[in-house]
Amino acid sequence: MIASSAFAAVHVIPDPPLAWWPFIISTVVKMIVVFTVYMVGVAMLTLAERKISAWIQGRLGPNRVGGKLGLLQPAADGVKNIMKEETLPGHVNKPIFTLAPMLAFIPALMAAAVIPFGATWDSRWGRIPMVIADLPVGFLFILAITSLGVYGIVLAGWASNNKYALLGGLRSSAQMISYEIAMGMSLIPVLLLAGNVTLNEIVDQQANMYTWNVLTLTISFFIFMVAAFAETNRLPFDLPEAESELIAGYHTEYSAMKFSMFPISEYANMATSSALMATLFFGGWNIPFMTQDNSGGVGLLLVLLSILIFAVKTGFFIFVFIWIRWTLPRFRYDQLMSLGWKTMLPMALAYIVIIAATILALDYFGSTQPWLQRTSAWYGVVMLGVNMVLAFIVFFILDRGRIISPAYGRATPQQIARLRAVTAARSHLSPQSGD
Amino acid sequence: MAINVKVLARPVEEVSYVRATLKGMARTFKHLIDPHKETIQYPDQKKPISRRWRGTHRMLTTETGKAKCVACGLCPTVCPSNCIKLVPGEDEQGNRYPLVFEIDEFRCIFCGYCQEVCPEEAIHVGQHYENSEYSREGFVYDLERLTAQTHPVSEMWDPADPKGE
Repeated sequence: MIASSAFAAVHVIPDPPLAWWPFIISTVVKMIVVFTVYMVGVAMLTLAERKISAWIQGRLGPNRVGGKLGLLQPAADGVKNIMKEETLPGHVNKPIFTLAPMLAFIPALMAAAVIPFGATWDSRWGRIPMVIADLPVGFLFILAITSLGVYGIVLAGWASNNKYALLGGLRSSAQMISYEIAMGMSLIPVLLLAGNVTLNEIVDQQANMYTWNVLTLTISFFIFMVAAFAETNRLPFDLPEAESELIAGYHTEYSAMKFSMFPISEYANMATSSALMATLFFGGWNIPFMTQDNSGGVGLLLVLLSILIFAVKTGFFIFVFIWIRWTLPRFRYDQLMSLGWKTMLPMALAYIVIIAATILALDYFGSTQPWLQRTSAWYGVVMLGVNMVLAFIVFFILDRGRIISPAYGRATPQQIARLRAVTAARSHLSPQSGD
Repeated sequence: MAINVKVLARPVEEVSYVRATLKGMARTFKHLIDPHKETIQYPDQKKPISRRWRGTHRMLTTETGKAKCVACGLCPTVCPSNCIKLVPGEDEQGNRYPLVFEIDEFRCIFCGYCQEVCPEEAIHVGQHYENSEYSREGFVYDLERLTAQTHPVSEMWDPADPKGE
């Protein structure tokens, strides 16, 4: 039996409130540091994308500016973009055309304000939480703000007065609506488990259950990740700027720094989504295999360690974003829609029902059996068991032998029989080609 | 479906999105960590070219530094793109030499017939390709410029070694 009492007394100590002046100073410092790290990080991301794409394609990538790794390439690109001529085509709607890049850029940055990036610091002036704004509704704030980013894209497409740009904007809004719902639904199991919408509480819940949410809620994570790709307009869902069909989509008419705002906001969105994935599903800043950092406030060293842990997790997901981009081809528009509405949404809804039922059952037994309470490890073990079964069903049974049906309808039994015959004939011809 | 749209039969039994994605990611990751890259950083590194590479022309000279050309007129005759301009002259001893010998590298198709037909082994195509100029006139190489070239000349096709190994 695992002694749950030793770790149960978490978050019963209320944070001693900071005096007004350390609060203001610490907040300003956090703002400046987070903004700087974010912007520099986004700049380095453009380099990382070019380098990783080059390596995946067997090339070397930028290596002329700033050493073999091309570390000064982002600076060179920035200077170039600022020096370039800013074109303002005669047929555009000027106020909206100018406003759109800002509208794309600001929400991408704002979301970073509520993501906790480290353990609370027990400083000599009081407890300083390692998050710019410790919003009680942080999670809802992020969902609201990130979905605002689509306005920038839609307005850019509209104000450009260009059919390709308009089509890009249209696709973006359709895509955003389709995946926003699946994304919100996929996060409800996380909220059910945490019983709270504060991001720090979700981190604590994962620490208390001795598991990451990805282990107990794999399918949620899976749906969230796919939806995040669609939300950030990254491949395989980069239909708004599909080069091969829409020139450059919504930013066709943009140039110089106005253009570069769109890639910057895309990368900032990517960083935010990655940070969110790390927070919601991978334990956030919590240091694995350590319980000292769970106790509310810690020393500076542990704070720095937890920030490092968070950065590593976020960086990993950013890498996954880039990695996927250079692996998968673009979805067709109707495939994108049917994946969102016919696969992701029903899956998320069914998952909510199952997880809610499991949690209800566990809470019911937990009220009589103390070893099965929410803060105990056994709770996590049971959730893990349920999840393993569900993940097996999804990834090994539901995922097999299906095609995301095209717009002209699902394959009929006759067609499937024909395809089976083709497959059988093919495997008969070349038994080794089953790769 | 519309007419004439080719619809490929997909193997339904083998289809799997998640596994196929993971397989693809494994493949790209292998390429990512593979230290072998295909890039040749051109001005610094150059691809080795064949010994039979037919590029910029070169006129070989005798020990005295004079062009070997005897102005026989075979190369302008055989030239399919008509890029060689030859005006023959004769000195007091009755030796023929070119008064004007110009090759327009812009018109030339680098077939190498001039080298093959030359009885004196004077005019050659060479193992060299970096000839850029600011004007079209710059591509007309006169005799002086042709004799001043130093790059190795192209080797002729050898029936004993048809692949040039």
